Amino acid sequence: MNFLSLFVLVPVLMMVGLFLSKNLTQIRAVAVTGASLLLALAVGLVFAYLGERAAGNTSEMLFAADHVWYAPLNIHYSVGVDGISVAMLLLSAIIVFTGVFASWKMEFLEKEFFLWFCLLSTGVFGFFISLDLFTMFMYYEIALIPMYLLIGVWGSGRKEYSAMKLTLMLMAGSALLLLGILGIYYLSGATSMNLLEIARTGVPAASQNWLFPLVFVGFGVLGALFPFHTWSPDGHASAPTAVSMLHAGVLMKLGGYGCFRVAIYLMPQAANELAWIFIILTGVSVVYGAYSAIVQTDLKYINAYSSVSHCGLVLFAILMLNQTAMNGAILQMLSHGLMTALFFALIGMIYGRTHTRDIRQMQGLMKIMPFLGVCYVIAGLASLGLPGLSGFVAEMTIFIGAFIHQDAFHRVFTIIACTSIVITAVYILRVVGKILYGPAADHQHIDAGDARWYERTSTIVLILAIAGIGLAPLWISDMISDSLLPIVQNINL
Amino acid sequence: MEYTLFIVLLPFLSFLFLGLVGKRLTPRAAGYIGTVVLAISTCLSYITAWHYFTTAKVDGVFEKLTPLNFTWLNFTEKLHIDLGILLDPIAVMMLVVITTVSLMVHLYSVGYMHGERGFQRYYAFLSLFTFSMLGLVVATNIFQMYIFWELVGASSYLLIGFDYAHPEAVAASKKAFIVTRFADLGFLVGILILSFYTGTFDFERLTSGDASLFAGMEGLSFMGCSVVSWALALIFMGGAGKSAMFPLHVWLPDAMEGPTPVSALIHAATMVVAGVYLVARLFPVYYLQAPDVLVLVAIVGAVTSLYAAIVACVQTDIKRVLAFSTISQIGFMMVGLGVSGMEGREGLGYMASMFHLFTHAMFKALLFLGAGAIIHAVHSNEMEHMGGLRKYLPITHITFLVACLAIAGIPPFSGFFSKDEILAATFHFNPALGAVMSLTAGLTAFYMFRLYYRIFWNKASHRDHAPREAPGSMTVPLTFLAAATLVAGFIPFGKFVTSDSAEYIIHLDWTVAAASVAVALIAIGIATLFYRRESPIPDRLASSLRGLHAAASRRFYLDDLYLFVTKKIIFNGISKPVAWFDRHVVDGAMNGFATLSQRVSYSIRGFQSGQVQQYVMVILLGVLLIAVLALFI
Repeated sequence: MNFLSLFVLVPVLMMVGLFLSKNLTQIRAVAVTGASLLLALAVGLVFAYLGERAAGNTSEMLFAADHVWYAPLNIHYSVGVDGISVAMLLLSAIIVFTGVFASWKMEFLEKEFFLWFCLLSTGVFGFFISLDLFTMFMYYEIALIPMYLLIGVWGSGRKEYSAMKLTLMLMAGSALLLLGILGIYYLSGATSMNLLEIARTGVPAASQNWLFPLVFVGFGVLGALFPFHTWSPDGHASAPTAVSMLHAGVLMKLGGYGCFRVAIYLMPQAANELAWIFIILTGVSVVYGAYSAIVQTDLKYINAYSSVSHCGLVLFAILMLNQTAMNGAILQMLSHGLMTALFFALIGMIYGRTHTRDIRQMQGLMKIMPFLGVCYVIAGLASLGLPGLSGFVAEMTIFIGAFIHQDAFHRVFTIIACTSIVITAVYILRVVGKILYGPAADHQHIDAGDARWYERTSTIVLILAIAGIGLAPLWISDMISDSLLPIVQNINL
Repeated sequence: MEYTLFIVLLPFLSFLFLGLVGKRLTPRAAGYIGTVVLAISTCLSYITAWHYFTTAKVDGVFEKLTPLNFTWLNFTEKLHIDLGILLDPIAVMMLVVITTVSLMVHLYSVGYMHGERGFQRYYAFLSLFTFSMLGLVVATNIFQMYIFWELVGASSYLLIGFDYAHPEAVAASKKAFIVTRFADLGFLVGILILSFYTGTFDFERLTSGDASLFAGMEGLSFMGCSVVSWALALIFMGGAGKSAMFPLHVWLPDAMEGPTPVSALIHAATMVVAGVYLVARLFPVYYLQAPDVLVLVAIVGAVTSLYAAIVACVQTDIKRVLAFSTISQIGFMMVGLGVSGMEGREGLGYMASMFHLFTHAMFKALLFLGAGAIIHAVHSNEMEHMGGLRKYLPITHITFLVACLAIAGIPPFSGFFSKDEILAATFHFNPALGAVMSLTAGLTAFYMFRLYYRIFWNKASHRDHAPREAPGSMTVPLTFLAAATLVAGFIPFGKFVTSDSAEYIIHLDWTVAAASVAVALIAIGIATLFYRRESPIPDRLASSLRGLHAAASRRFYLDDLYLFVTKKIIFNGISKPVAWFDRHVVDGAMNGFATLSQRVSYSIRGFQSGQVQQYVMVILLGVLLIAVLALFI
């Protein structure tokens, strides 16, 4: 049994456990045990990975395993990790862990909620450990489908509309993706769907030109690529707290990771030729998302648009096709995942007390719920890129990496993307000033009370992770950077 | 000299400690912990200064020492962010200035902030600020400086908005952060350009005078200026934002909403001179690669200085007067750098600028702390609520007078020496610029004595009870800083801090000195005439210069302009349309697409009726159609 398969096995076992549990206490016990196990596994994996690398293991994927799954189509169950997937797995485990605590007070169909939640996690973890294009795609779909139910049933507001919109748009992306993946497989002439093998045999340059946009847009929809991002504000606004966390924190990273692992890695020539189109689109979305966020009045919409801006930066950096910028992209995925999860967790907690997400109706919450207020300020500072927190590390790596290009086009767009640091400060401070500061206006909120222990656990873990990356970024940045080397070499061939 | 690490690290530890467990401590304990930790830091930086200035001189030149440097983050093979400590004369001088003023402010705040809500939080933020500022001045590379640059910005934001229940304080903190963030964008882009061509962030390599580093930028120009000038001008933009240079100064007067000791520490003595420090740090690069940008620095400095001095003459809030006077004095420092050369006697401006930074930190902190004591006594910032306070606040009165004389440039107070050197350097560079700066110096003396007389002399305003002198924790720092202001001018500054790190022997230029003292005395005389007793002259003057007076009172409408740009253009003109576009055009297209597919499927679902007759009918029609097509084509 491969060590990595545990990441898929644990959520499946959690589902069995949840299915058997009889009351809320048992459900919580199963969820917490499973999530802690996953977190421990992820941390263990980081150490195991770094240990292997330190011991001189230089193969591209570590802990690899391969089993034939469906011979006629050459589909394998094939797993393995490099520094990038290790980072993503760690992120997912942290978000799942904190998500469980954020949904502690679930009061409606708890068992079903956690069952779908675990299915979603299975898909996410499976996606990040897979090396086989088909299994990767399968896990991708497993992660998407529970989203429809989680939003449609446990959501709020226009939940049916949002759930439908989100699912349809992402499914449309999947359709493009399936087409792209089959095209890659058949045209490359590889004997299996294994990523590494396809990268070796290569996809013919002529077909890359139509396959690359298919795959990039297919994954890009999930990574909030302008103009296919509009599912995100509605989807986030309607989703329950833990789902928003998982969605913005991890699921959107599936998009970025896929763009990078499939589109860029397998089709480097097309990436070189067509990158400019997507650089324009992502460059626009960085600034566009930030400007849109300035005028929103719903907390979740603000963060959804902020995600459009930050995720735009991820795709923007990937398209720069050099090691530094890509390293920044992965760091930004990590950092954005943690930050948005923290934001959505806090918004959920604030909403649970004030019963509104409209920033015009809240004031002076800092006095009423100081713990949550301080956490919100920290999340805000991380989001606007304060040094010492993770956002700064990621953004600076991206800007430096993107600016390395010799031609003016890339550099002009880098400067355009840089301007987002000012706009981000505007919308973050606007919200902080409006809802946290000032005199406490609405006396109904005064009895709301501060964070409970499970809420504290959730936020503190996220803040520790954000500050951890922000204060000591070298190890994780080097880990990712080393793993990027084969990919960058593939591009420059 | 590895112990210098602790100068920086101790305040950070105190921030973490007070931030995490501060609530469990009594306010008094938190205050003492913060103060004692900072006192240790201060002692260490004095030891460093003594140690450095006695041992680091090799062949008559002070060496740059790097006791600590490690890689924090790798970007490319050449570019990486290091964190470390760089000791050279300006860094050591700044260590002394920052820790001294910060210690005074810590001590003073024990009395001033007594009984305030969030006392522990206040000390945590003060420690955070001190840590960031110290990290900034010892930075070994430009990116480390940028990191701490952002951190001082954030701690300034937190401290201005300390009293977060006050909407004015919140608005001021937001404004300060966003305006400086905008300037930092320039700084960042400047760093990107500079590092792209030189392949290094390292200060020692950049300032080594090695022209080959800049070879990549040679001959490249953009919009009529060379790329290296653009890069350095953008970096200066960052400095101009933090140092409140015109037209990015708008945040500083508003920042006076913060607690007064914070204004003394951050918005007078330390953070606002970061921009000056930045230019000084990169001075060889500016001088050798882009002398045109240095001229820009001088012009911006002079314009700012004059502008702020005029505005200061009509302000009524004592903290605002001091804020504008700070802006004006920083302008002086910028001018000093802008007109300076590198070698030997040419480096007068640089030396003078650093000297002025040093003396200004002392007397401006003293002025602000004195203002704090006055506000503490009368519970108001407005001059009209003061008057005749010299009998009630004797210590504050004397120390304030010392500071006023220093800033006015009267010998033997410290400001005279440093300002006089700047004037001499400016006259040497360009007499017209020198005349502008002399005029500004005269205005400075005038508005400072206007302030002094209206607070301590003039008619006393009506009060319910007599104002009382501040407690010892507040008067001790006042006395200490007043003493420093008295003696600082006699420090042989040219021995320690110069543009080329070699000794510079100061010769007073007696013609300039005599002229500037005469100007200052005349200005003080006018102020005495106008404000010592109640007099109708100021009002009459104001009404005869109505237009100028009104414009100056509104700070020449710059704040209104900013408000227009942010509210009307960015918020209503860009963001709202963008958000509307997103909801109605982009999302509308998606929804439209969905509606369209729905309509199409409704309209074609009739085909799938299940009626065999209909299917046969369609098949027959199809066969017929194909037959017809086959026959005719």
